[in-house]
Amino acid sequence: MKASRTKERVTWIIISVLVLLYALFPVVSIMATSFKLPSELTSGKFLPSSWTGSNYEQILVGSAQDLFLSSLRNSIGIALIATFIAVVLATLCAYAIARLDFPGKKVILTTALAVSIFPVISIVTPLFNLWRNIGLYDTWPGLIIPYLSLTLPISIWTLAAFFRQIPWELEQAAQVDGATTWQAFRKAIVPLAAPGVFTTAIIAFFIAWNDFVYGISLTSTEAARPVPAALAFFTGASQFESPVGAISAAAIIVTIPIVLLVLLFQRQIVSGLTQGAVKG
Amino acid sequence: MATVTFDHASRLYPGTEKPAVDGLNLEIADGEFLVLVGPSGCGKSTSLRMLAGLEDVNAGRILIGDRDVTDVPPKDRDIAMVFQNYALYPHMSVADNMGFALKIAGVSKEERAERVREAAKLLDLEEYLDRKPKALSGGQRQRVAMGRAIVRNPQVFLMDEPLSNLDAKLRVQTRTQIASLTRRLGVTTVYVTHDQVEAMTMGDRVAVLKDGVLQQVDTPRALYDRPANVFVAGFIGSPAMNLLELPVTDGGVQFGGMTYPVPRDLLGEAHGSTVTLGVRPEDLERAEDNHGLAVFVDVVEELGADAYVYGHTEFDGKRYEITGRVDGRTPPVAGSTVYVRPKEGHVHLFDTQTGLRLGEHAPGTPEASVEDLNVPVEAGKTAD
Repeated sequence: MKASRTKERVTWIIISVLVLLYALFPVVSIMATSFKLPSELTSGKFLPSSWTGSNYEQILVGSAQDLFLSSLRNSIGIALIATFIAVVLATLCAYAIARLDFPGKKVILTTALAVSIFPVISIVTPLFNLWRNIGLYDTWPGLIIPYLSLTLPISIWTLAAFFRQIPWELEQAAQVDGATTWQAFRKAIVPLAAPGVFTTAIIAFFIAWNDFVYGISLTSTEAARPVPAALAFFTGASQFESPVGAISAAAIIVTIPIVLLVLLFQRQIVSGLTQGAVKG
Repeated sequence: MATVTFDHASRLYPGTEKPAVDGLNLEIADGEFLVLVGPSGCGKSTSLRMLAGLEDVNAGRILIGDRDVTDVPPKDRDIAMVFQNYALYPHMSVADNMGFALKIAGVSKEERAERVREAAKLLDLEEYLDRKPKALSGGQRQRVAMGRAIVRNPQVFLMDEPLSNLDAKLRVQTRTQIASLTRRLGVTTVYVTHDQVEAMTMGDRVAVLKDGVLQQVDTPRALYDRPANVFVAGFIGSPAMNLLELPVTDGGVQFGGMTYPVPRDLLGEAHGSTVTLGVRPEDLERAEDNHGLAVFVDVVEELGADAYVYGHTEFDGKRYEITGRVDGRTPPVAGSTVYVRPKEGHVHLFDTQTGLRLGEHAPGTPEASVEDLNVPVEAGKTAD
């Protein structure tokens, strides 16, 4: 009995380590590269022989500063706005889908799914032409709108699934307890819905933050170019020098907000908050 | 504290033909414990939710006291409800759960704490006030749900199968607690259950519903002794009453090899050539051979003091399951055939076609109200 439990634990530890290695190896590799000197890039060694911060200097205060910092600003702004709009719209939509019975409910869900499986690459060219004609090319709204088409479907699906699990009897209990419809929603339902909304917001933010195709196709200047697209414009000190070090440094920096987000909100993402509402 | 009146109240769900509750007429006295009972889908929960204001009333009225609350939102009805799944707020502590209604009502923090403490004392919940619902057992959650209702000091308690999620032992225990608690508080209570044992043990009066229609409302004793129709007869009592379609003969009905005597005027009321005779398991007794109904014994359940005999009989091409309750010391053997007959004066006769009880107009039928009862509500309270 005890032996089998130990064996099980060992198996789990091995699997966890393998998964961690698989997931973290690219990140560690990029991080190592970001601390290498240009001359060392092709050395074939995993770790730099002498650690240098010159790549970070280059993108934050050096020659690539304008390119990187403005794109960072664009990325943060555009991703946040797209996330905010997507979550607000998806919350309303999912609430209706989970609570109300109306014709066309299935159609909305299916349409949302259809939109999300539509290949981005196939609509980017027509969108490029359209955006140029109506003046949205190379602007923030020009990216926010396509990002909504990426983030809305998954937000609606996630939230609808989440809202369906909320015991709506609570709302009725609150009403019988003397609460108005709005009070019942705010005091009994919102606290339970919050973790789901946070989780959705984070997923939506990731999607908008990580997009490359729209970012590179629908922008041309610092006015709206997001980080993933800007990375492609990095150049080395001379044309014979590869910008891989600087790109790696930038990649590490743009990963930081995501890591911070997850660390900050992991308490809100705690599931199982609804446990104990009903008999369980 | 108040009376509750359903006045021809109906509920028709959109997209359905048949009302879920059809013209319900019911008067509940001040301080009475009324149980709504029936099989699932009979409209008992819908009736309760109509009283709570969670379900629209499509026709008729509902009154609490003298106030017509038909179109009053739930929050203004001054009622408290215990839900089947308790519906505790998972993000609040037990104390906050119980004090939620008072907080909404704007009661001061000190008074709130005081009243929550009182209710917690009553329910033995004092040490759990700081816990979240998920850290409680099923029975404790149930008590918190009760506490949430008690703290309010409402006009009416509504309970929607509050015991159905508890295990059997706890259910019996909590059953008596709830009954004694509501009586002590003297608050009018409407209690919904599908369990007829719960209904019989808890209610001052019991209202039996079927397919949205009130079948009978009466004290548990009267319901057991004088069921108004075949449905109530079969529903109330455990094991269920034996119901047999018997041919009418001269001066009685043909019960196997014997004629059970029935007054002529009673038989005259019946439509058709048969009547339905109901006899409870404990009212069947052994008869001499051929002087009764031959029953083939399938199973004997020995419970110690008594034994239940499950058997079957066949006549007129129909098969009837027969249950009998006999002395535990001398039960018949499974596989044997015994002859049984009803004890004198302990049968129930129903019209086979209409299902209604033959004989005088029974009190507590849908037309009757509280005043018609020959057993006063107060007496019913102490009787059980």
